[in-house]
Amino acid sequence: MNSKSRLHIPHPPARPGEKPDFSYLQISPAGVVARPDVNAHARDIESLAYDMVRVLDDDHSAIGPWHPHLDPQDLQVALRHIMLTRIFDDRMLRNQRQGKTTFYMKSTGEEAVSIAQCMALEPGDMCFPSYRNQGLYVARGRSLVDLMCQCLSNTRDMCKGRQMPIMYHWREGRIFSISGNLTTQVPQAVGWAMAAAIKGEDDIAATWVGDGSTAEPDFHHALTFASVYQAPVLINVVNNQWAISTFQAFAGGERRPFAARGLGYGIPGIRVDGNDFLAVYGVTRWAAERARKGYGPTLVEHVTYRASGHSTSDDPSRYRPKEEWDDWPLGDPLERLKQHLIALGEWSEDRHETLNEELEKHVMDCWKEAMSYGTLTDGPKLDPDEMFEDVFAEMPEHLKKQRAHLKKLRS
Amino acid sequence: MANMNMIQALNSAMDIMLARDPAVVIMGEDVGYFGGVFRCTDGLQRKYGEHRVLDSPISEGGIMATAIGMGVNGLRPVAEIQFADYIYPAFDQIVSELARLRYRSAGDFWAPVTVRTPCGGGIRGGQTHSQSPEGIFTHVCGVKVVMPSNPYDAKGLLISAIEDDDPVIFFEPKRIYNGPFDGDANKPAVPWTTHPKGDVPEGYYTVPIGKSDIVSAGTDVTILTYGTMVHVAEAAAQRGNIDAEIIDIRTMIPLDVDTITSSVKKTGRCVIVHEATRFSGFGAELTATVQEECFWHLEAPIQRVTGWDTPYPHAFEWEYFPGQERVVEALELVMEPA
Repeated sequence: MNSKSRLHIPHPPARPGEKPDFSYLQISPAGVVARPDVNAHARDIESLAYDMVRVLDDDHSAIGPWHPHLDPQDLQVALRHIMLTRIFDDRMLRNQRQGKTTFYMKSTGEEAVSIAQCMALEPGDMCFPSYRNQGLYVARGRSLVDLMCQCLSNTRDMCKGRQMPIMYHWREGRIFSISGNLTTQVPQAVGWAMAAAIKGEDDIAATWVGDGSTAEPDFHHALTFASVYQAPVLINVVNNQWAISTFQAFAGGERRPFAARGLGYGIPGIRVDGNDFLAVYGVTRWAAERARKGYGPTLVEHVTYRASGHSTSDDPSRYRPKEEWDDWPLGDPLERLKQHLIALGEWSEDRHETLNEELEKHVMDCWKEAMSYGTLTDGPKLDPDEMFEDVFAEMPEHLKKQRAHLKKLRS
Repeated sequence: MANMNMIQALNSAMDIMLARDPAVVIMGEDVGYFGGVFRCTDGLQRKYGEHRVLDSPISEGGIMATAIGMGVNGLRPVAEIQFADYIYPAFDQIVSELARLRYRSAGDFWAPVTVRTPCGGGIRGGQTHSQSPEGIFTHVCGVKVVMPSNPYDAKGLLISAIEDDDPVIFFEPKRIYNGPFDGDANKPAVPWTTHPKGDVPEGYYTVPIGKSDIVSAGTDVTILTYGTMVHVAEAAAQRGNIDAEIIDIRTMIPLDVDTITSSVKKTGRCVIVHEATRFSGFGAELTATVQEECFWHLEAPIQRVTGWDTPYPHAFEWEYFPGQERVVEALELVMEPA
């Protein structure tokens, strides 16, 4: 190895056994970042891509121009959504570990991104999620039983057994099908938004991609088309620091914030504390209003931390210090919102504990119901005939023939 | 009825569909103001506006992805990829997204996108403007694949493709845009006015996807072909004085197996002709189909006439192009008594 090589190999600040070090993270104090008008030109608000919009301060107060001034009832709903998402994730991880499902991906530590954004969007707005946005389903009120049935590939699986667990979709709820191939949804969201504009409809699109996936060419396609046509779209980079074992520096994060990627395209970039529910909500309202009024797209980078492994298939203790999550300087979005509500006098530890128990029971009840519709190994099964449906709108002859062949083999 | 070349026929199809269905939009590189590098969208932006006929960035992946998003949001996009040779940046969006969206969402989401793209050689385009990649897409589950060989079919098939709720990859053999080409580059160019399929109704009509066309009936041998090679095969059969039944496949997916097998069962001989490279080409699928369905009727091994398994060369265009001579050779081989 040539130690004098000019080739730079990025490194995370710490690997297992080393002390976590988040000194690379630039953090603005809460309340200090100015909130421009929604029609501001990208070049006049470039600093938003480097600063960090934060609303909740260390004393759990909400301050500054991005404070969305939500009713306490709405904040309680938000807290409930975040808690439910976390409990759901924990339950589904345990189910996978018990061999009930083949795979799972938790969103622990970054729930506020999906919940706050979904609450800040309108019901008609179309979401193009990545695979760690289960909070969208919780916030839009999809039954957890339906999500669980998908993970079980059982008789009520919305995907009819065709997708790995967590690759949900919800047409009526306006949440697009999760691909599994990374970043493909981002330029699709731009196209959806272009169509909304062509049709003269007010709906906007929102899409999510991880820090690592910004390296895919689709991210560039999305920003180019969004900029060229000023599509009413909100492009979110969820920078949770890790792409499986690969630190975000390998996607270019150590040179400039991901939010600054927008600037080269003439798209405003906003860097936001992704664990601050109110900041994410406030930024989303700004970007959504900008898009809806015809001032074009916004790129938002949510700085957060993936508290769990990438999926049930990797062990994060093999590539990063276990203590990172405890040392993460932006804290836990659930805890921060909870403490804010307590500081407002609108919540208490007792109420929290009661709600927690209620949600635990709800998730367990949902799981029992989902299991009654079958699992991969037990109970009622999907009909393998379904395998041949939906390849085309109408089944062509060659598939009919193959379906009949399989039927014969099974009889 | 009017006489049209393939460019005019395709233009007419898009014109009619833009007028009939407000959901139809055209997008692609140079398709708007300029009307396309081959003029297929000439005048359409002027007529329907910049919001219906969109000039796009030079980004095939972006064109495909945004067309999918538009399709999901209720539009019926017709995306032009300027040359089939440029389609590969869009490959993931076609294979992993466009083709599988309906399947993976159990029928809840789909994108009725038509992808138009000029293909094939004979125009001195070298390896970046001559490819015939249809076989790459026939291996993908969830897209229909079409290639017309004349103006009449081009218009009727394109209207069918645009109206189809499934994605359609629509290959346009650019060597025959302006006239039929029989493979002899030394002869003067012939316009479509000389060909009966250059007569095209001015209004709306469709040619069904999934149906091949018997171009000429015959008894000695069945020639399975499509695109430019239909015309080469016709000339070769005449030159070889062989009574060939020539079938223009027209649609590769879904394949019209019945028309193919009835013909081969009748003639007992089969030659497959395509411009694309041989190895794992669409001809291999046709060969397998004929073997499976017609083995006991075959009098001779099936022959394939294809492009050589090399990239498409610039300087050796006519050594590369599977012209009449190679088709005649295959016909003679298949006609040899056992």
